[in-house]
Amino acid sequence: MARQDYELIVIGAGPAGLAAALSAKEHGLSRILVLERDTELGGILNQCIHNGFGLHYFNEELTGPEYAGRFIDQLDGSGIEIVCDTMVIRLENSDDWRIVHAMSVEKGYQRLKCRAVILAMGCRERTRFAIQIPGSRPAGIFNAGTAQRYVNIEGKMVGRRVIILGSGDIGLIMARRMTLEGAKVLACVELLPYSGGLNRNIVQCLHDFDIPLYLSHTITNIEGKKRVQRVTVQQVDENRRPIPGTEMYYDVDTVLLSVGLIPENELSSEAGVKIDRRTSGPFVYENLETSEKGIFACGNVLHVHDLVDYVTEESQAAGKAAAAFVLGDAPADSGHVIEIKTEPTVSYTVPQTVRVNEVERSLRIFLRVNKIWEETSYIVFRDGDNVIARFKRDYMAPGEMENANIPRVLLDRVKGNTLRVLIEEA
Amino acid sequence: MFDVAIIGAGVSGSALAYELSRFHLDVVVLEKENDVALGASRANTAIVHGGYDPSPDTLMGRFNVDGARMCMELVDRLDVEFRKTGSLIVAFDEEDMKEVRVLYDRGLRNGVPSMEILDGKEVCRREPNLSKEIIGALWVPESGVINPWEFTLALMEVAVREGVELRLCEKVISLKKRDEGYLVETERGMYTARYVVNATGVHSDEVHNMVAEQAFNIHPTRGQYYLLDRSIGEVVKSVIFQCPSPLGKGVLVSPTIHYNTLVGPDSEVIEDCENTSTTREALDDIARQAKRSVPSLQLGSNIRNFAGVRANSDYGDFYIKMSAPHFLDIAAIKSPGLTCAPRIATYAIELLREAGLDFKEKEAWDGTRRVVRFKEIPEEEREVFIREHPLYGRVICRCETITEGEIVEAIHRPITPVSLDGIKRRAGTGMGRCQSGFCGPRVQEILARETGKAPEDILQDKEGSHILIGDTKEGRV
Repeated sequence: MARQDYELIVIGAGPAGLAAALSAKEHGLSRILVLERDTELGGILNQCIHNGFGLHYFNEELTGPEYAGRFIDQLDGSGIEIVCDTMVIRLENSDDWRIVHAMSVEKGYQRLKCRAVILAMGCRERTRFAIQIPGSRPAGIFNAGTAQRYVNIEGKMVGRRVIILGSGDIGLIMARRMTLEGAKVLACVELLPYSGGLNRNIVQCLHDFDIPLYLSHTITNIEGKKRVQRVTVQQVDENRRPIPGTEMYYDVDTVLLSVGLIPENELSSEAGVKIDRRTSGPFVYENLETSEKGIFACGNVLHVHDLVDYVTEESQAAGKAAAAFVLGDAPADSGHVIEIKTEPTVSYTVPQTVRVNEVERSLRIFLRVNKIWEETSYIVFRDGDNVIARFKRDYMAPGEMENANIPRVLLDRVKGNTLRVLIEEA
Repeated sequence: MFDVAIIGAGVSGSALAYELSRFHLDVVVLEKENDVALGASRANTAIVHGGYDPSPDTLMGRFNVDGARMCMELVDRLDVEFRKTGSLIVAFDEEDMKEVRVLYDRGLRNGVPSMEILDGKEVCRREPNLSKEIIGALWVPESGVINPWEFTLALMEVAVREGVELRLCEKVISLKKRDEGYLVETERGMYTARYVVNATGVHSDEVHNMVAEQAFNIHPTRGQYYLLDRSIGEVVKSVIFQCPSPLGKGVLVSPTIHYNTLVGPDSEVIEDCENTSTTREALDDIARQAKRSVPSLQLGSNIRNFAGVRANSDYGDFYIKMSAPHFLDIAAIKSPGLTCAPRIATYAIELLREAGLDFKEKEAWDGTRRVVRFKEIPEEEREVFIREHPLYGRVICRCETITEGEIVEAIHRPITPVSLDGIKRRAGTGMGRCQSGFCGPRVQEILARETGKAPEDILQDKEGSHILIGDTKEGRV
């Protein structure tokens, strides 16, 4: 193997990429390269200066940069090669090798050869146009994450009178952040009848600052030629259509949008990786390998997480699996393969396909429900009519990712090729 | 005193400035906005039209075919993004087929080359995503899609490099006849010029009325659009028009130069000619109409809605004439104004010459321009190119793969941009699916750095469109 060749290239040095690289190292790989497009390691965590990270994984309450720092510190002396300010613009896949096309000011255009790739590029924010809010197109309309970068990284204020559309976590966090910086946040408006954010954020970021949350409402018009001047908010019916006569007008100079995150998989798709429309991320097997051999995925490029702690665990699993692949313990496609089918109550699962023989003691399946379940209910896995596993939950919401750990012995009981997952009332 | 003052830096004014820069003339262009191409020239259907549509006894009909040919020559000389896609005017029933034959005949009279009438099967073979209800179409090969703001900018950049003075943020408020020409008063100052050209688009009736009797009225007509993400693939290969009907021209579905899909426009006469807002009703209506041509159209992949205001008028044609001594109107320029712009410019020069302006050609005049687009550099040459030009190694706009080198180069061209949208029009940043969510702050930083400004002074778009309002509490320290 030439010196230029790597066992593993990890694309992205956010929480997913860092945990994946460290785990791959721990599981026996020595020639690992991590490519990061930003000039700093840590990804989006760098602008998340609020606390609440690490409660599950470290049993501590950390800020975003502190959480990232725990992993960055482990890189010292690990032998993992890290290159920042480098963009991957193409990924080629053949049977034995993956070729990563990367470019940077310092190293120019490079074709880097490796055995395995871990995709850890994260996600992007949906925009005003993706949800087609009509009106004018003045300055003052920001994705919440872009505004967060301006405020927390650049130290710049983006506005004085603010309305927030979408009650995703970034929107909620920014409601508080803007208020603390002296802006007036007039309202948070959510299209759905429930919030997509974590409950603790609704309490700590809206209720504590007396910011009203309007559920089943949306922004239906934006006015202003130079800078935003006024927005129209309307209630929506069950089909999400605005109800005439419910108009409320807000004189604001700023609109922050927190209307969803989309895993960024253009690079993956071009490499042939099959994308699941439900997650907008790759279809993966139990070991987080995608439809393309030797290409693994973890973190927000795979599905959007609400807690970084689970990103870490998932990415460690991807790192371990990539190491096994490189070291020759690659899963054979033989054996019992089960597809996990979502019923209408569940919006997606990760993984989507399980090669039963590859599951060691148990398999953790991540999933999201598509409505709020306030009464005690069950996440049920069924093979035909047979219940394979059942997990009791007191409360479930679309904004809070669920997971269920199914022991191997139970998976072995599945006779067919599909495992249905659904929510059933107690 | 200037020889010529052109009012308006849209595509008409810019094409004329370009042509005038060939001659020993002192030319000034007065533009009310902070950049070139901020009116209809940046928000339109982005098509070089074939020329089958306008009546042969109009200037539009007389200029279209020549204009299209000149556009196709200019895009090479100016390195402007253009692709000859051809156009299909599709018919859903026998009534439409009659119209197709009318257009074909009109095209012949206008001199449109190589047209064909296709049957439904052939249309379906060429464009598999079109409705199976289509029974035939007119095929117009000599037409295509262009980057309209880049075209306008390129014309003006060369004009400025070759000696034309461009004054931005100079809104003309009055024109007074003086012995030798005109005193042009703007909101900020005075200019004198022997000849004045009115190329002010939707404002061209107002400017005309400053020196001449009312002759036409602009009826500002708004058209709204969707721009769809490339990720849905190539929806159509050519520009798909519906047959013009009593209800209007119908909406089109078109590929763009960047392989996105453009859908629109509607047509709505509005009062405020600067009102480029979009509306729910119009967007829904456009969606309905477009799906008639392409039933599977995925409007959920929308990455941008926009609207442009056309300078339609009650005159029924371009209004191009010497309306007062030493005063030339290039007024009421509506579709196909972009296509006709180069031909309008040469016609304007004929009119100015007849009116006594002296044209002496410069010995040395360079009418060309070259731009580096990293994406277009073949993969095997990229390594060497970045080694020689390191800033092209840093990708700033990840959706469109635009590098810092391209942004810096765009900033230092003859017309300095002052806004993120100014960089967008020059380098293509923020054109993609994230709509500058990621690259916006970085482009802002680069523009501030390269022009010696504070980030707060970088605008989103027109004057007053401030992105930032100051420092945070911590940032202030």
